[in-house]
Amino acid sequence: MGEIKSKAERRFQLFWNTFFIVISIVALIPIIRVFSMSLSSKDAILAGRVFLYPVQATTEAYIRSFQSGSFVSSFIFSVFLMIGSTIVCVIMTVLAAYPLSKRNLKGGAVIMTLFVLTMYLDPGIIPKYLNVKDFKLIDTFWALIVPEALSAYNMIIMCTAFRGLDSSLYEAAKIDGCNEVQTLFKVALPLVYPTLATLALFYAVGRWNRLSDVLYYVNSSKLYTVQMVLKQLIESVKLTNDEGIQTQLVADNIKAASIVISMSPMVIAYPFIQKYFTKGIMLGAVKG
Amino acid sequence: MKNVIVKERARKIPFKIYIRNTWQLYLMLLIPVIYMLMFRYRPMIGGVIAFKKFNVFAGMWNSPWVGFANFKEAFGSMDFWNALVNTLILNVGDLILGFPVPVLIAVFLFEIRNLKIRKATQTILYLPNFLSWVIISGIITQLFSTSGLVNDLIRGTGLREVNFLSSPFIWRFVYWFSGIWQSAGYSLIIYLAALSATDPSLGEAAYIDGATRLQRIAHVTIPQIRPTISIMLIMQLGKIVSIDFDRPYMMGNTLVKSAADVISTYVYSVGLQAGRFDFATAVGLFQSVVGIILILSVNKISKKMGQEGIM
Repeated sequence: MGEIKSKAERRFQLFWNTFFIVISIVALIPIIRVFSMSLSSKDAILAGRVFLYPVQATTEAYIRSFQSGSFVSSFIFSVFLMIGSTIVCVIMTVLAAYPLSKRNLKGGAVIMTLFVLTMYLDPGIIPKYLNVKDFKLIDTFWALIVPEALSAYNMIIMCTAFRGLDSSLYEAAKIDGCNEVQTLFKVALPLVYPTLATLALFYAVGRWNRLSDVLYYVNSSKLYTVQMVLKQLIESVKLTNDEGIQTQLVADNIKAASIVISMSPMVIAYPFIQKYFTKGIMLGAVKG
Repeated sequence: MKNVIVKERARKIPFKIYIRNTWQLYLMLLIPVIYMLMFRYRPMIGGVIAFKKFNVFAGMWNSPWVGFANFKEAFGSMDFWNALVNTLILNVGDLILGFPVPVLIAVFLFEIRNLKIRKATQTILYLPNFLSWVIISGIITQLFSTSGLVNDLIRGTGLREVNFLSSPFIWRFVYWFSGIWQSAGYSLIIYLAALSATDPSLGEAAYIDGATRLQRIAHVTIPQIRPTISIMLIMQLGKIVSIDFDRPYMMGNTLVKSAADVISTYVYSVGLQAGRFDFATAVGLFQSVVGIILILSVNKISKKMGQEGIM
């Protein structure tokens, strides 16, 4: 309807363009607010003078956050955990998806069903916890990787990607003398690279953001992720509120700085990886 | 044709040669299959402790059977019903308040012709989806606490401050709002993709026939994306008794316990914190079974109504 340029149409466009600009700004306000608080002085916050921009701008809160050893070490630990977990997840996903993408693999359908059922059958937190305990993984690094090492949903997406490749490529590889492992690495994987990258990002973001398994499976603070340390930081103030004590254990600007640091990897990477995620949603929706 | 030939050939290959060609594929599958059996199916068997009086020292198999005693105890417990009702209230609220938002945004966003604004809105609304619930709860606290931004604005207009985070009734709205903020962008992308697959000539025809914009949206645009809307609705209805852990756990606080205690947090506190594994497993099992029945029935109903199912 590109030709329609009536007065009413122009008014409509103007109204809704403005409306969506406002909506976008409103959606960003929570993030802008926490950002400006992290850069404001403690006194300015207590006096209620901080609105949507820093007042008495200072990086004091960031310096204090970085001086707190537990926060920095948990951040570094989280980065390593995220990388390690993503590598394990991607390997597991490819190992399952590539063979299952072969339609004439004997037993493939049964195994596929075995995977699909796990999306609907949830054993619950406690049996999962006891299972992790049986494998002696409680309070180890692996407790934060192994229980979530393979998602059937992502595996199906990967499988669909392999199936989307032209079967003549596989034939050609076979004629050239490639065995299945060589075909996977030299022919299939380079071609499904975009899907692989998308799934890796899904796994990475999921691992960075997840709190529950740290709560369930881990006790020692050296295995705390940044989310866990941030949670304690946020709650330290909640506790004092319940007792009616006015003094804050952790000042608001330090909390804000910690929040900003914790979300920085996602927010910084977001503009670059956003298009993968948009595509990733659609990959899942095709099946949906 | 080609496929038929390939299949014919596959059938004739002797077993020995089939294995020689495919053993590497089976070897690859071995690790994920063992993993799935050990970390997805083994815990399901462990669910039997819901019917036992679990003794840590005796272990899962040697603990005595108690039949449905754990379930009876759960159904007689106020805390259980409180958690179940809260789960339903929070999920139904998400559905009623949260579900229409991305549909409406998508429909109107699709009408505007400035592609830059369309793209920017989509990108910005999708951003909170990448933040953890720990971060979101921290941000929400700073927005809605008595000294937060929202109360600053309310005081600015001369009204009295609102206890968003300590009144259970109002807290629920903060919970629902946080859900919209976090996840509307995700659904928005799905709806926008569905919209861009629609046929623009239908809308043009309706325009020439004199339909107003709202009539076109209601009678031409929305019917075209109805399959997508119904699938999204089915998926959310199927999950109405199950609730994620991170979100209610982080959004809640001790003052709004009566509204924020849900099944997942209840199972965590009775099971992992208080150590009543058998009882907590029974509660979790009850939720899983009801959840599966719901998914299956919603799926069946939607297929009967001529919509596509999810399975």
